[in-house]
Amino acid sequence: MQIQEKLSFETWPAAPEKETLEGQNKVLGFWLFLGGETVLFATLFATYLALKDSVPGPGHALAKDLFSMPLVFLMTMLLLTSSLTSVYAIYHMKNFNAKKMKFWFVVTVLLGLGFLACEIYEFNHYVRDFNHTFSSSAFGSAFYTLVGFHGAHVIFGLGWITGLVVRNWRRELSLYTAPKFYLASLYWHFIDVVWVFIFSVVYLMGMVG
Amino acid sequence: MSSYAQKRGFLATLWDYLTTVDHKKIAVLYLVAGGFFFVLGGIEAILIRVQLAVPNNDFLSADMFNQVMTMHGTTMIFFAAMPLLFALMNAVLPLQIGARDVAFPFVNALGFWMFFFGGIFLNLSWFLGGAPDAGWTSYASLSLASEGKRIDFYTLGIQISGFGTLMAGINFLVTIINMRTTGMTFMRMPMFTWTTFVASALILFAFPPLTISIFFLIFDRLFGSQFFNVEMGGNTIIWEHLFWIFGHPEVYILVLPAFGIFSEVISIFSRKRLFGYASMVFATVLIGFLGFMVWAHHMFTTGLGPIANAIFAVATMAIAVPTGIKIFNWLLTMWGGSIKLTTPMLYALGFIPSFVIGGVTGIMNAASMADYQYHDTYFVVGHFHYTILGGVVFAILAGLHLYWPKMFGTMLNETLGKITFWLFFIGFHLTFFVQHFLGLMGMPRRTYTFLEGQGLETGNMVSSIGAAFMAVGAIVLVINIIITSVKNQKVGNDPWEDGRTLEWSVSSPPPHYNFKQLPLVRGIDAYWIEKMEGRKEMTPAEPLGDIHMPNSSFIPFMISFGLFVAAFGAMYRPDYSWGLPVLVGGLVITFGSMLIRSLKDDHGHYIKKEELMDDSDKGVQA
Amino acid sequence: MVKGQIETENRVQVQYRLERNKKDMRHQFISFLLMIFLTLVAFMAVGFGNFSAKFVIPFILVLASVQVGFQLYYFMHMSNKGHEVPALFMYSAVLVALVMIIAFITIIWI
Repeated sequence: MQIQEKLSFETWPAAPEKETLEGQNKVLGFWLFLGGETVLFATLFATYLALKDSVPGPGHALAKDLFSMPLVFLMTMLLLTSSLTSVYAIYHMKNFNAKKMKFWFVVTVLLGLGFLACEIYEFNHYVRDFNHTFSSSAFGSAFYTLVGFHGAHVIFGLGWITGLVVRNWRRELSLYTAPKFYLASLYWHFIDVVWVFIFSVVYLMGMVG
Repeated sequence: MSSYAQKRGFLATLWDYLTTVDHKKIAVLYLVAGGFFFVLGGIEAILIRVQLAVPNNDFLSADMFNQVMTMHGTTMIFFAAMPLLFALMNAVLPLQIGARDVAFPFVNALGFWMFFFGGIFLNLSWFLGGAPDAGWTSYASLSLASEGKRIDFYTLGIQISGFGTLMAGINFLVTIINMRTTGMTFMRMPMFTWTTFVASALILFAFPPLTISIFFLIFDRLFGSQFFNVEMGGNTIIWEHLFWIFGHPEVYILVLPAFGIFSEVISIFSRKRLFGYASMVFATVLIGFLGFMVWAHHMFTTGLGPIANAIFAVATMAIAVPTGIKIFNWLLTMWGGSIKLTTPMLYALGFIPSFVIGGVTGIMNAASMADYQYHDTYFVVGHFHYTILGGVVFAILAGLHLYWPKMFGTMLNETLGKITFWLFFIGFHLTFFVQHFLGLMGMPRRTYTFLEGQGLETGNMVSSIGAAFMAVGAIVLVINIIITSVKNQKVGNDPWEDGRTLEWSVSSPPPHYNFKQLPLVRGIDAYWIEKMEGRKEMTPAEPLGDIHMPNSSFIPFMISFGLFVAAFGAMYRPDYSWGLPVLVGGLVITFGSMLIRSLKDDHGHYIKKEELMDDSDKGVQA
Repeated sequence: MVKGQIETENRVQVQYRLERNKKDMRHQFISFLLMIFLTLVAFMAVGFGNFSAKFVIPFILVLASVQVGFQLYYFMHMSNKGHEVPALFMYSAVLVALVMIIAFITIIWI
């Protein structure tokens, strides 16, 4: 099938993201990229675990002093739900329903923004009330780098999805754009995968002590 | 393409190369840039050997020696060996698997420009207050103590080029998995393709730890974090671990493609199928796998404890098994073959004993108790130069001679090539063999001079003379390249006459769509099979049709340039008020270019069937 | 007549596709509910359960791994066919990651 071909509900293929060679390449390449990202975040987790609670002296906040469960729970729910809404978006993409797909992506973006707001509040809270900063200790550096890298991924993902939705606001789906939406949703799920380990390893294990 | 390019102006050609996404032109770019950095690294090597030729020398000050020594290692690994291998991969790999281009031509160009700007950034340090001086490993305790901007050039330069390498790795992986032509199953792929595949997988998993550790160092030096600051709870050992988790796979990233090139060379010039193909593939994958389990053998003297040292020592020694399989396979490929002693074959013959010496000293280093004696002496320097020079550089030179006609359509002079080989081979052994003994006598590495009367004079003088031989060899190679390019005698598809794989079935250089019709592969050494059955060309696997090709783009250059600008901003931000705006401005260029790339639809273009038929009628090849 | 036949075939195919997508979606929704459940269990084990750290830490790590499995295999379609290579590379990445993390919590001393 040609990449620019105008398709209809009837002629839309079952796996539109992999219908063209370009699409297949993109999907595979993106999975490999996610493999690299897995190692990247593993490096950050390993460093965090090695430097956890490693502070210059008494008087510095430790993991068990910092984290509060309700906020982390709220953030987790926001991000998990946004993962589901992006699944809905891809479901409608496969059914050649561009309108509904864009709707669910917009919902995803809104939930992601909610998550981001919580994270900004959270960092601000640690800095102001605990004097726990990027420079205050190796623990602080490792914490903000790990969680901040994830936050930067969220920001990038939000920009990416927003750009895609705005660019295609008036356009129907095509075999050229289908892989783009598919990859954006893969990226968003991966952000969620990382968050699952962050809330388990950083927050919950931090609260256990 | 080249005859076409000559008719146009210089600027048009320059613009063509700045915007190209064609893997063959990107190969030329990698070759030129990598060659440039290779010369720089070579000059630094010569400076080191001049300084160490006699005791108590003051040719270089201690400070200057540290800079030269650091830049020699960094340049040779990141900016010479890797790009030169990428040049050969780009030139040959899509042809070997019967593809019209790599999977992501745009990303391919982006990877090159990232590497290029990273290398330029690093080398600008010479003019802006001194080069990095903490060794190519840049251990955190040293690099945090280094004053001025030196280490920041190292971190930011490596970071930018590291992104490029990661992209190149993913690109080759997807190309090999998705773009193979009909009949090119995994177990029919040429060895160079296989080794590139495994090396690319290593890049994918080894470069993220480097990226992160370099981010830590950037943050520590420029943004006030405390990862390696022991007073604030930091730990410098983390840098050592992360660097070697990257650094050890890195040496396999270099040497596996080298093995691939030698497999091709030995098979072609023994005029025999590669012996033990399946075991070769298995050994390659196994080396790649074990490569991730051994990094701590660089850190035996750090005090990891006897259990960790024992585990890593055993894992390291295990790598000798697959490597040994490879050595025997090469020997048995030559056994009974009708050997042609061409320049590439000479390099291959020189490689085998040299690399075995490097491997044996590797096993000596792997014995963790004995390593306390060798650690940080010239023994180690001798060891890794035997593997990297005797393995990787020999392979690059062999590959360069072998594939020069495929890349440029003309053969390098064989006599001059053989002179280069002998100068290089003799010089190499003179330089590095004695270094093992210097090390055992206690000469520490990375030290700018030595004293008289300790028995180190003769060895060091011999070593320096050897370096001069290699320098002359390199000059002969350059002369060879100039003479060949001026003469420019065109050659046909298969200039060595014994080509076995698909790249030899197309014209030299190939047309920019590579294959008019994608070829059908019927076994290992696909072109050889067809030749043995009396055919001159591959059987096509598809009817003649329109060919879809990607469009050229200037955006890869801009994305990389933005990071180059941003790096200056990040580096001078703590000292100058203009730092922050420059940092932001650079990032705006980068992300703005990325945004343009994703918002603008780019469907590529088609080469029409009629044009392809015209070409064949006129007999014009590119 | 032939045209009519093709249209009927098409309609059947489209219908089949819609049904299958719906079924996929149902699986994904169920896995979402399970993920929420696992999350709740993990939070409750830490917040309300009075367990020792030796039990809770491995427990929440197992829950996290299971949840990530759902995320990868259902949300990211790794269970669909044609995902063998991505699976191979993801598992290799996990292997490298585990080796690194184990090293960092055992042989990095303060």
